[in-house]
Amino acid sequence: MAVVDYNAPQSVQEAVALLSGSDIKTKVMAGGTDLIIQSKSQAVEPLRVVDLKHIAEMMSYSLDDGGLSLGPCMCCAEFTALHDVETLYPGLVEAAYLIGSTQVQGRASIGGNLCNSSPAADTIPALIAIGAKCRIVGAGGERTVAVEDFVTGVGRNCMQSGELLQRILVARPAPGSRDAYLRFIPRTEMDIAVAGAGISVTLDSQGVCTAARVAIGAVAQTALLVASAADALIGTQLDDASVAKAAAAASAAASPITDRRGTIEFRRHIVGVLVKRATLIAKERAQASL
Amino acid sequence: MSEAREFKYIGQSTIRPDGFDKVTGRANYGADLSLPGMIWGKILRSPHAHAMIKRLDTSRAEAFPGVLAVATHSDFPSVTDQAIESGEGSLTLLDLARNVLAKDKVLYHGHAVVAIAAKTSAIAEQALALIDIEYEVLKPVMDVREAMAAGAPILHPDMFTQGLAEKPTTASNVATRLEYKMGDIEAGFKDAEVVVEREFYTPTAHQGYIEPHACTVRYEKDGQSMIWCSTQGHFDVRASTAKLLGLDLGKLKVIASEIGGGFGGKTTVYLEPVALILSRKSGRPVKMIMDRDEVFKATGPGSATRSWVKIGARKDGTITAMQGRLAYEAGAFKGSPVMMGCMTAFTPYAVSNMYIEGFDVVVNKAKVAAYRAPGAPQAEFAVEMLVNELAVKLGRDPIDLRLQNAAKEGTQTIYGPKFKRVGLVECLEAARDSKHYQQALAANQGRGVAAGFWFNVGGQSSVHINMNPDGTGTIVEGSPDIGGSRASMQMMAAEAMGIEPGRLKPIIGDTENVAFSAGTGGSRTTFATGMAVIEAAEDVVAQMKQRAASMWNVTAEQVEWVDGVALNTAGEDRLSLAEICAGADRTGGQISGRGNINARGAGPSFAVHLCDVEVDKETGKVDVVRYTAVQDAGKAIHPKYVEGQYQGGAVQGIGWALNEEYIYGADGLLENAGFLDYRIPVASDLPMIDAIIVEVPNKFHPYGVRGVGESGIIPPLAAVGYAVENAIGVPVTDLPLSPPRVFNLIQGKG
Repeated sequence: MAVVDYNAPQSVQEAVALLSGSDIKTKVMAGGTDLIIQSKSQAVEPLRVVDLKHIAEMMSYSLDDGGLSLGPCMCCAEFTALHDVETLYPGLVEAAYLIGSTQVQGRASIGGNLCNSSPAADTIPALIAIGAKCRIVGAGGERTVAVEDFVTGVGRNCMQSGELLQRILVARPAPGSRDAYLRFIPRTEMDIAVAGAGISVTLDSQGVCTAARVAIGAVAQTALLVASAADALIGTQLDDASVAKAAAAASAAASPITDRRGTIEFRRHIVGVLVKRATLIAKERAQASL
Repeated sequence: MSEAREFKYIGQSTIRPDGFDKVTGRANYGADLSLPGMIWGKILRSPHAHAMIKRLDTSRAEAFPGVLAVATHSDFPSVTDQAIESGEGSLTLLDLARNVLAKDKVLYHGHAVVAIAAKTSAIAEQALALIDIEYEVLKPVMDVREAMAAGAPILHPDMFTQGLAEKPTTASNVATRLEYKMGDIEAGFKDAEVVVEREFYTPTAHQGYIEPHACTVRYEKDGQSMIWCSTQGHFDVRASTAKLLGLDLGKLKVIASEIGGGFGGKTTVYLEPVALILSRKSGRPVKMIMDRDEVFKATGPGSATRSWVKIGARKDGTITAMQGRLAYEAGAFKGSPVMMGCMTAFTPYAVSNMYIEGFDVVVNKAKVAAYRAPGAPQAEFAVEMLVNELAVKLGRDPIDLRLQNAAKEGTQTIYGPKFKRVGLVECLEAARDSKHYQQALAANQGRGVAAGFWFNVGGQSSVHINMNPDGTGTIVEGSPDIGGSRASMQMMAAEAMGIEPGRLKPIIGDTENVAFSAGTGGSRTTFATGMAVIEAAEDVVAQMKQRAASMWNVTAEQVEWVDGVALNTAGEDRLSLAEICAGADRTGGQISGRGNINARGAGPSFAVHLCDVEVDKETGKVDVVRYTAVQDAGKAIHPKYVEGQYQGGAVQGIGWALNEEYIYGADGLLENAGFLDYRIPVASDLPMIDAIIVEVPNKFHPYGVRGVGESGIIPPLAAVGYAVENAIGVPVTDLPLSPPRVFNLIQGKG
């Protein structure tokens, strides 16, 4: 693809108008860390770009009693430095921190990671685990979709042509409720998840798990919310046996492929290990928040 | 040289003369030269691993607006099957021509078929899609076992195995069979009380240089043609390209750009002759730059190997016999480094009975290129794994067992010479006495020890030093600097002349402004080019003394040279180097020194590495937690850069052991042609690599230098491999030790 028309709107309304104004293939750009690489692999097709980084609200965040409202284009480097966010959503911050290198972090964003809709995206299981929602805007108005329903396939999501992701919304976790994200790669960084697991757990004052969400990545066409794994945790003290049950449920729910990053068998196994380990991290965090 | 010699500059760690340009982005690399009227070349590559080209029609591409030239194999003047000197690798001219542009048959995924030059790279790219080409796809041969099996598809119907007792009558994928022997191998095993043996596999691994191949060329019919490129040996580029195009050497100038890594992989040509053909046909300068994808598919890599090794010893630890069989992938054309594998495998040991045979085998992968100590890491992996196993069976400390059997001065090597003084014992002792070796291992940790041997080479180097009227000077050498060698040249010249290193600027001359110099390879530059630099510097000093003598009306013998100053022993006169240079116009003109040599007496460098790993038994992930690289430098001219060589070699070897491998589909197509899935270690993957410099001087170099560039990549495969074996308690045979493989080993599914 060759960018033939670059647009940098100043407002969401202006951006929405631009999205439906051309016959040329139009792509929304946040940091561009996926889009630019994808555009290089197809040399000739003309491309129109709508860059959202000049829209103030797309780059900002707010955190109050209602929870987190995140501008989807805020770069990961900025996001991961938000200590108030990290206190409440440590799992989402650690997922954002795993994307790319230090340089890439200066451009890449959570919204971009979500809209690129890769099965191996790190922030998607982390967002699903904390029950995040997407506010989508288009010419026809606004709608809100849960992250687990947002992604519909490999590189595909529920947004129609002419729509864009305006906001990522997450409720404020109660005391006793915290999240964690882990991924497995053969190296320590600069890699793509072989498998990933985002967990949130809520503990009551007795240490009993009253709510849990378990999301796994890179082991199916989309990140999966695994209710059976959560069910294995709810009502327990998150003891070894119940965590092992949750891990087994996650392994069973996975439907991975064999490719250059791992085999079906290995991925199934690894995702269980990640669920176990991430649950224990989330548990520790939840206890500390009480 | 005398060991007690005091140096003034040698042994300091000065700032590298090329550093400022590199960190400020001012240095010019292979892709950085543009010329007026320049156009862009692109290559159409094979989508198949093995196929006949049934039909090739470039007419639609040629007619495409903006296309100025199209090249295919038929554009080479009739090349013959003669051997050529091409750096560290060995290729015949015909194979080289067929590698840079395929003839009739494609032999690997990414094999170059057609090149197009156009006004822009986008036009060239579009025109590639207009080439009409029809393939008859053949079954690919992707491993030495398949390739050597009866009935295997044959890559080259005209290739018959060389080195067999009887001349074969049928074509084979085995290009050569060779053997080395010493003593009586059967008697050696009869004498043994403990025997260990195992088969091993090492994968195809790329050199992983960060800078892709790139060049800008200009062909001129009646004048001088020119190539600017990223290479380890611009004289080799000149020789290969001139032969392929039928040019006199004097009609082709090659300029070596700054180089962003080579590790042996930039000792041959891929783009340069093709670009020159495109330039000849279009009448325009042509630039070509490979994508990363092309680098992985069509350049390098190092050989994948299968080996079998057997070692016998007496209960007292004396190794009585070492036997091996090595099969190395050459890639699409013959010429793997299996001979070097055979020569190095057992060489750290003084053992009377040795026998090793090697097979050079073609497969449907890119033609292998030299990779840092070509052939040795794979062979030593097998041997050192088994020596560690032997130590366990004998109840011996692995360093202690190696010390008992270590090669030393006077040891007969399997490949011919007896060792002069070498530093293996000193390296083993330094490893044994290191802090690392005293540290206890924690749970899930394991330790590996391994040794490695590399010959190092000498060869031809040419240098001149041009002095300026203010007493500064330029060192013009012909060895591209891939590891900080300019700093070492500067220091050696400064030492010989007795002036501050900063007064001398080292540069790499092109093929016209310095005489022939062999490429940077074989760890030869600091040794051989260093000797030429010292000779040139001594020539300058001799002339300085003569000039001073003539100014004082004494004989040159009456002049002494101390710390860059001429002293008149017959009087009180003193003249500094700067003063002599300033007065050179009155004493016979400007001064330049010359050192053109064919260096002999390269000193082998032994290395001993220690590796501690921690294995996550639930995932199979291996973390290197402690690593020490010990190596004999002879004399470390610039200790920081010597450490850098040890660390760099260790890291490349660790990557090879843990995650690096070419991954092919059943169709023979490469699935991981990029740094995302070809996993070299990143900085955060590794602990600090501790470097211990051992200095056992090489008496054939004036300052005692041995080459240090290559030995460091030899021990890591077994040091890491055995550390994993030690941690998990399961024998390791195949690399890389990626998490799924280690997990399977732990699960007993190896």
